[in-house]
Amino acid sequence: MAIVDVRGLSKTFRVADKQPGLGGTLRHFVQRRHRLVPAVQDINISIEAGEIVGFLGPNGAGKTTTLKMLTGLIHPSAGSVRVAGHEPFRRQADFLRQITLVMGQKQQLIWDLPPLDSLRVHAAVYGIDTAESKRRITELADMLELDEELTRPVRKLSLGQRMKAELMAALLHQPAVLFLDEPTLGLDVNAQVRVRSFLADYNRRTGATVLLTSHYMGDITALCERVLLIHQGRLFYDGSLEGLTDRLAPCRQVRLELRHALPAQMFESYGSLESQNGNEVRLLIERDQLTRQVGRLLADFDVCDLEVNDPPVEEIIGQLFRQRDAT
Amino acid sequence: MLGDAMFGSKMFRRTVVRYWRSLRSFWGAALAAEMEYQINLLIELLATGGNLAGSLFVLSLFYRSGHGLGGWSWEAALVVLGMYTVLDGIASTLLQPNLSTIVGHVQNGSLDYVLLKPIDSQFWLSLRTFSPWGLPGIVLGLVLVVVGAILAGATPSLQDVLLTGLMLICGCLILYSLWFILAATSIWFVKVWNATEVLRSFLAAGRYPISAYPIGLRLFFTVVLPVAFLTTVPAEALLGRASFSWLAASGLVAILSLLASRWFWTFALRFYTSASS
Repeated sequence: MAIVDVRGLSKTFRVADKQPGLGGTLRHFVQRRHRLVPAVQDINISIEAGEIVGFLGPNGAGKTTTLKMLTGLIHPSAGSVRVAGHEPFRRQADFLRQITLVMGQKQQLIWDLPPLDSLRVHAAVYGIDTAESKRRITELADMLELDEELTRPVRKLSLGQRMKAELMAALLHQPAVLFLDEPTLGLDVNAQVRVRSFLADYNRRTGATVLLTSHYMGDITALCERVLLIHQGRLFYDGSLEGLTDRLAPCRQVRLELRHALPAQMFESYGSLESQNGNEVRLLIERDQLTRQVGRLLADFDVCDLEVNDPPVEEIIGQLFRQRDAT
Repeated sequence: MLGDAMFGSKMFRRTVVRYWRSLRSFWGAALAAEMEYQINLLIELLATGGNLAGSLFVLSLFYRSGHGLGGWSWEAALVVLGMYTVLDGIASTLLQPNLSTIVGHVQNGSLDYVLLKPIDSQFWLSLRTFSPWGLPGIVLGLVLVVVGAILAGATPSLQDVLLTGLMLICGCLILYSLWFILAATSIWFVKVWNATEVLRSFLAAGRYPISAYPIGLRLFFTVVLPVAFLTTVPAEALLGRASFSWLAASGLVAILSLLASRWFWTFALRFYTSASS
């Protein structure tokens, strides 16, 4: 059975509508108008134990709202949610022990104290005995390469060290499902890479399920085989990352460097011409035609250099969202 | 059946142990965090001492001019002032440090972390931290209570002393509940624009015996903002002049306000979880 099972999930918020200016402010004060804003509409997701799933979408797409419904922080307006066999919004202790939520922009460690003090509080709250919590702390510290940082006040740690300590606090109770909302936000490239490899390692070792949102495509490509794409509250892609590129970008880009410049129309039969700049020609060729057309190009022209590229995933997704917005 | 009951009681014991361990870890961490700022102890001692001296001076003015306060002798009024100082110390030690952070939790969204802990959120929010700097106030207040009682020639029995303690606990619970409810409204108003500070300044009315106030205020401080139960009733219990009806009322108000705070919190959370984003 799926560890995360979501059927027909929707959430509608009632927000106050205010016109700008003094008149608008007064009207807003005297007679408040509300309108209903659908944040999430009819989402179906099923995640098996042990999967790492990336959750993508522009700001305001409904990612955080969905995560909050999955963790039980907000009630759904419609639909059903089951996580680890529980209905999240009842927030039963047994459910809470099995999940964790990490929010990149919010911290839960005690600011003035070293992480170890916060970890002690967590151990007590989750009812983990001292010997066991020591064992887990050693193991996690080892995986996260934290050592003397654990005895230094949190306020004196770098952002990357703090995030690793936050992850430690979030994982001390060995949750089966991890909800990570922008876990690498603001981290430098090195720290991002370390957090990513830790998450992959943690998933391998414990078989924990991970659902993560991120603005950094690197997080998604490094960790997730499966991605969910959400836009304006609706889920419109659920599948592998490669499948997404295949579906959204059926063409690959071929860059040719020729010994002599040639007129553009000579390339029309090979693919669609993207650009031509002196000796350099860029063509878009459909994937299934790629080998045949590249073979022809090499045979027909005097080619100095040839390069085949996939357009970057960010670009594909960005393009997709723009198309959706336009329709 | 018996097995179920035994299992139930075992679960209950484990829960109690877990909460007790949590509380110890909360306060251990709080103490460690506060100890980062040693100079606070000195400042707090000076502030409490200064405050108390000011209140004593104002109180003495009433008696010097021969006014008296609502039929209370100078010595008995000292007991009330002592009770107030104890309560104010408790507010500085526990209520203020914990309840004032609720607004922040709502504003910056860290309330989400609290709600995802397998521990009662009201317990967490009410007892998560404590500030040792209110302790001098409690000690000074107790000294004043004892001195006042001796000067007033009171000879309380052990029962009276226990009753006084109980009344003081009732006072604390009433104060806590009012404060907590006010702080919980931050879920709607987000900026509870220091409403809790207004509450605290009203409490200053508890420095003097309730009978010193005109009848209208007396009613207000008994029924609307039950200041009377916070300081006057415990002082009366110690001086052996408390009537049974006041003692019973104090206990009843304490229980009711505690239940009200509980109900209000679940109500506020229902709103939070259906409207927040």
